[in-house]
Amino acid sequence: MTSTRTVLEIRELTKFFGGLCAVKNFNLALPQGALWGLIGPNGAGKTTVFNLVTGLIPLSSGEVLFGAERIDGLEPHEITRLGIARTFQNIRLFSNLSVLDNVRIAYHPHAGYGLSDSLLRTPKFTLREKELTEEALEFLSIFKLEGLAEETARNLPYGEQRRVEIARALACKPQVLLLDEPAAGMNPREIIALMELIHFIRDRFKLTILLIEHQMRVVMSICERITVMDFGEVIARGTPKEIQDNQTVIEAYLGKGVAGSAAG
Amino acid sequence: MELGYLFTTILKMALLVAWIYGLLWGLNKKEIWKKALTILLAFGVIQGAFLLQFGDYAVFSAFDQGLLYQAVTMAMVAMGLNLIYGFNGQFSLAQWGFYGIGAYCAADITYRWTNGDASGLFVLGIGVVLAALALIGVGRLLRLKRGIPVLSAFTFYLVAIIIVGFVAVFVGKELAAAVDPGFGGRGAPGALASPAAVQIVFFLSVLIAGAFAAEVSFLFGLPVLTLGSDYFGIATLGFAIVVQTMMVNSDTILPFPEMKGGRGMIGIPKLTSWIAAFAFLLMVVVIVRNFIRSSTGRATMSVREDEIAAKAMGINVAGSKLMAFVLGSFVAGIGGGVYAHYIGFLSPSTFSFLAGFNPLIIVVFGGLGSMTGSIAASFVWIFFLEGFLRVLLAQMGTDAPTWRFVLYPITLLLLMLIRPQGLMGSVEWGFLRADRIIRRLKGNDAAQKGQA
Repeated sequence: MTSTRTVLEIRELTKFFGGLCAVKNFNLALPQGALWGLIGPNGAGKTTVFNLVTGLIPLSSGEVLFGAERIDGLEPHEITRLGIARTFQNIRLFSNLSVLDNVRIAYHPHAGYGLSDSLLRTPKFTLREKELTEEALEFLSIFKLEGLAEETARNLPYGEQRRVEIARALACKPQVLLLDEPAAGMNPREIIALMELIHFIRDRFKLTILLIEHQMRVVMSICERITVMDFGEVIARGTPKEIQDNQTVIEAYLGKGVAGSAAG
Repeated sequence: MELGYLFTTILKMALLVAWIYGLLWGLNKKEIWKKALTILLAFGVIQGAFLLQFGDYAVFSAFDQGLLYQAVTMAMVAMGLNLIYGFNGQFSLAQWGFYGIGAYCAADITYRWTNGDASGLFVLGIGVVLAALALIGVGRLLRLKRGIPVLSAFTFYLVAIIIVGFVAVFVGKELAAAVDPGFGGRGAPGALASPAAVQIVFFLSVLIAGAFAAEVSFLFGLPVLTLGSDYFGIATLGFAIVVQTMMVNSDTILPFPEMKGGRGMIGIPKLTSWIAAFAFLLMVVVIVRNFIRSSTGRATMSVREDEIAAKAMGINVAGSKLMAFVLGSFVAGIGGGVYAHYIGFLSPSTFSFLAGFNPLIIVVFGGLGSMTGSIAASFVWIFFLEGFLRVLLAQMGTDAPTWRFVLYPITLLLLMLIRPQGLMGSVEWGFLRADRIIRRLKGNDAAQKGQA
C-alpha cells in the first residue's frame, strides 16, 4: 500500500515565538498513502507544526515541499487549494450554518462559476449550484450525515461535529489530510467509530494522513509510523512497537525514572 | 385626532410590512410572468395609494411619501451594511460616508446637467469606467507576482487611480464642451435638456454614484480591512468623519463651488419618483440576494463564522472581506443617489457620523444576517421615528419632538432585552430565503421512488 513517493516533505522546520523555540529542525517525509502519527507531551509543538505547514503562521526557517513544489510562504488558502486540508484541535465548524453549507463552503474553490454568474443567475450558475449541492449531499451520505444536512452545525453532538469537520476537510479534495487530535473528548465507542472512519477515508480518498493524537490506543493501533516530539524537537521515530519500547519516549512522557522504581 | 393618527400610522407600518412580504413572496415564484406581475402590482399598489384621496384626507400625504422615499434609501444602505456587518462580520461605520459620497456624486452630475453642463456626467462616467478597468488590470498584474505586501499593492492601485482621474477629467471636459450646443440656449432648450434626457442622466448618475462609492471603498478597504475587526471599526469611523469634513469644505478645499460646503448643496433636481425609487430598491434587493445565495456568499458567511477555519477551507479571507465591503458600499452609493434626488438639498450635517449609527441600529433592529429584517426594519423605523413620534409628540408641545431621541433608544433597549437576535432573527421571507434545492432534490428522489 505504501509507495515510496513522498507527498509532503518538511525540512529543518524551525519556529521561534520571540525567544521561545516552539519547533526546532523538524524533519518529516510523508510517503504517499501513509498514516503517520505525531505524538508528544502537551506543548511539544505538534499543533505548531500543523499551523506552519498549512501557512496559518509564518515559519522562521526551513522548507515545506508538497510534491516538488515549495509551499512555505504561500497564503493558507492557496496551500489548501493545492491539496493539504486539516481539522482543528478545538472543533472549528461554521457553527451558525447548516451542515450542508459547511461542506459547500469547502467546495467554494471548485465552484466553477464567478461573481458575475451568481449576480446574474446565469444557467451556468443554476447548473453548477445543483451539481455542487448534489455532490455535497452524496458526500455527506458517505459519512452517514445526509439526514443532518439541514441541521445547524452548532446543534450537533460532539462526535457528529468531529465527523462533519473531517467531512468538510475532505470536501477540499486534499491529497494530504492533517488531523489534529480527532479523538479528543470522545468516549470509547466514538473512538472506535473514528478509527474505522480514518481507515475508511484513507482507502476511499487515497489520502496521506498525518495525525496528532493523545489517545495512545488510537495512535498505536492505526498509525504505521510515529514521530515523537518533545520541547519542539523530534526525539524518536519508528513503528508503534519501536516507540513503545523507546526509553527516551517513556522518559518524555513519564519523567526520568528513579533507579529501580521503573522496574517495580 | 391623535388616536386616529396613531392608529393610521400603525396600520400603514403593518401594511408596508405586508407589502414587503407580498413582494418577496411573489418574486419567489418560478414563472417569469408571475414575478413580473408581482413587481407590477407592488409598484401599482403604492403608486395607487399616492393618488388615493378621500376629500381632504390623502392616504399617503406628501409627508408620508417623503417618509417612504427615506425608508427606501435607508433600506438600501441597511442591506449594504448588513452584507458587511451581518453576513461578513466586519463592523463598519463607513457606510454612511459612502452613502454621502453617493449622494453628492449623483447630485453633482444632475445639478450640472440641468444647468447646461455635461462635464459632471462625462468626467465621472468615464472616470468610473476607466477606474474599474484600471483596478481590475492592476489586480491581474499583481496576481502574477506572489507575496506583495498589501500597502505596496495599495500604492499601485492608488497610482493607477490618480492617472485615470487625470485622464477622465481631461477627456471628460473635452467631450462635455463638444456636446455643449446640445443643451440649447435660454428659452430654446436643446435635446439634451429635455425631460427624457434628464431622466436618463438621473438613472446614470445614480449608477455612477454607486460605482464611484464602490471604487472609493475598494481603495479604502484594501489596506484597512487587514486590521482586526475592532480596529477596522475605528478606522471606518475615521473615514466617515473625513468624508463629512470634505463635504463641509467642498467649496474651499475641494474644487466644487456648486456644493457650497457647509451651507449645503441646493438646487438638486428632484427627480426621484416612486418608479425610480422602487426600481433601484428592487435592483439592490436582487443584487444582494444573488450575492448572498451563492458560493461566494457562503464564503462570505464562513469568514464571519470563523476566519481561521475559512482560511483552512481554501477561502481567500481578505478577498472575501473586500468583496463584501465593496458591494455593500456600491449599494450605499445607490441609496445616496436616490436620496439626493428625493430631498433636493444636501447638507453635510445629514452625513455626520452620529447619523451613521442609524443604519447600524436598523440592521441590528432587523436582525443581523437577515436581509428581510433590514428592509422591514428600515420601513418600520423611519415611519416610527420620523412619522409617528415626530408628529405625535409635536402635538404635545413645541419641545416635545426632541423627546423622540429618548423614546426610541428606550424602544431599542426593550427590543434588545426581549429579542436580542433582532426583529427577524435570521428568518428570511420568500425570495430572500436560502435556496430550497435540498427539498427539490428530495422531491425528485421521492418521485423516482414513486415511479420504481
